[in-house]
Amino acid sequence: MDFSLTKEQEMVRRVVREFAEKEVAPKAKEIDITEEFPWDTVRKMAQNDMMGIPYPEEYGGAGGDYLSYIIAVEEISRACATTGVILSAHTSLGSFPIYQWGTEEQKRKYLVPLAKGEKLGAFGLTEPNAGTDAAGQQTTAVLDGDHYVLNGSKIFITNGGKADIYIIFAMTDKSKGTRGISAFIVEKDFPGFSIGKIEEKMGIRASSTAELVFEDCIVPKENLLGKEGEGFKIAMATLDGGRIGIAAQALGIAQAALDEEIKYAKERQQFGRPIGKFQGIQWYIADMATRINASRWLVYNAAWRKQVGLPYTMEAAMAKLYASETAMFVTTKTVQIFGGYGFTKDYPVERFMRDAKITEIYEGTSEVQKMVISGNLLKM
Amino acid sequence: MNILVLIKQVPDTNEVRIDPITKTLIREGVPSIINPDDKNALEEAIRIREKVGGKVTVISMGPTQAEVALREALAMGADEAYLLTDRAFAGADTYATAKALSKAIEKFQYDIVFCGRQAIDGDTAQVGPQIAEQLNIPQVTYVRKVEIEGDKLIVERALEDGYEVIEVKTPVLLTAIKELNVPRYPSIKGIFNAYNKKEVKILTADDLEVDKNELGLKGSPTKVVATSTPNTERAGEIFTGNIKEAVQNLVERLNSRHVI
Repeated sequence: MDFSLTKEQEMVRRVVREFAEKEVAPKAKEIDITEEFPWDTVRKMAQNDMMGIPYPEEYGGAGGDYLSYIIAVEEISRACATTGVILSAHTSLGSFPIYQWGTEEQKRKYLVPLAKGEKLGAFGLTEPNAGTDAAGQQTTAVLDGDHYVLNGSKIFITNGGKADIYIIFAMTDKSKGTRGISAFIVEKDFPGFSIGKIEEKMGIRASSTAELVFEDCIVPKENLLGKEGEGFKIAMATLDGGRIGIAAQALGIAQAALDEEIKYAKERQQFGRPIGKFQGIQWYIADMATRINASRWLVYNAAWRKQVGLPYTMEAAMAKLYASETAMFVTTKTVQIFGGYGFTKDYPVERFMRDAKITEIYEGTSEVQKMVISGNLLKM
Repeated sequence: MNILVLIKQVPDTNEVRIDPITKTLIREGVPSIINPDDKNALEEAIRIREKVGGKVTVISMGPTQAEVALREALAMGADEAYLLTDRAFAGADTYATAKALSKAIEKFQYDIVFCGRQAIDGDTAQVGPQIAEQLNIPQVTYVRKVEIEGDKLIVERALEDGYEVIEVKTPVLLTAIKELNVPRYPSIKGIFNAYNKKEVKILTADDLEVDKNELGLKGSPTKVVATSTPNTERAGEIFTGNIKEAVQNLVERLNSRHVI
């Protein structure tokens, strides 16, 4: 057994970290306040082939491996969790379904510009009444000659309103339950498609989280992704991969907090010595570092399993569960150790704490991850 | 244009700390990087190739670990990479280093040899000029701008309080300074290609037409008797203008001096 990264993966980490420190981190505080979507950074990521890392060169990607992509999400999120989720939602949720289930024509038309970063991707599954109960889809798609007509709405869609290409789930046959759900590739300019409410959020504030509204939206028949009725399977399998991305985002946030904490513990003087000299602080740091390390190996293991073709549903759920709860633990404790300073915007740790919370919620709450894990074990 | 770029792998001095007791550098765990000025040379070479065509070949002399620096150069866009590595090169001072590198350079067809001004570990700024002397070609140091006009170059050479414009014919050796350009990041695709589609070729002392006594420690006239830390007179600098600009300039300056 060998736990070392490959030379490529090591260089990806070094290069993305340098990029993140120079191009992403300096804007993190400002965009958290202004909620301004970081288009400039997204374009720079595209220039450096970061928007399609795990996809083959022939489809516009960087021809890299899945763990390299996950390391990139981790490093970008360490600098700015907002930018991290833009990258993860685009790559794992917006692009992956086309890569995995798209026809050759769909890949040429949609995956190539997505993987090159010329277009931004998003994924619309959640509805007002279909959150954790994703099977309760109310959006409908009715075949009418050479096109489908979609009606309904999606909420909390990451990259919503900014993305060019959306993977949308809708009921094509209500009588069949989850087997009546189908997936569609929807372009932002398709008639009948509009953006509704844009959410104001506690964290990852500059990422766009929007409502998508379909009113007799016309989607060409050839934009059906996979077969009719395969939508739910596509959604669940896509989320398995997406969870590794969110786990990597959580890992990056946690690491950022620990880095700040270690710096602070050496600088901050109380009772005549740096607070790092107190055992109370030392124990916190040890706990944080241990949980982060455990998270990292859970995340990397899930990514590796996906890369080599082993089942990874349960491992992805474990990674997402543990890394997100670690991010929340580490950031909350970090704010506590920073005390009053930690509660102010003079230090980035309050932002880390606000950003961490969503990782326990989206792409399956912690409770959903536990359902997935136990479901895989109990099989009942 | 065939451009040879000479790069050196150096410890990232931003990360280097001094052992408070032994007063020596703590090298353990310090990441290795491409010497910053060399990256400017490489960036300019790639830009010239993108403009007028040709080939960019990177050469480094160092231990086998320096391969990583060459892979990174390939990931940035260099076409070929050669690592000059051999026990015979060990302990070389700038003279013996320049000797080995110029013997290697003689094996290639080139119009421009591009070096960084100086390496952040040794800070001598000698290897580039010595290579030009050994190759018997013209050199322009402290290059801050390059324009190509046929087989001649119009080069701006930075001085302390201005710059001079020099017209020079190829072949020529140039040394780059930070002001020349902003080096690109190696692209992610470039990284995978650097490992999967390109190779780093190895050159040893046997591949060079040179007497081995002229290489490494044996070929080095420099003898280090002792090293000490000189007391430096610190020159003050005042940044004026509005606070935002002044602070920005200060941070940039501290960065450029590798202070922060």
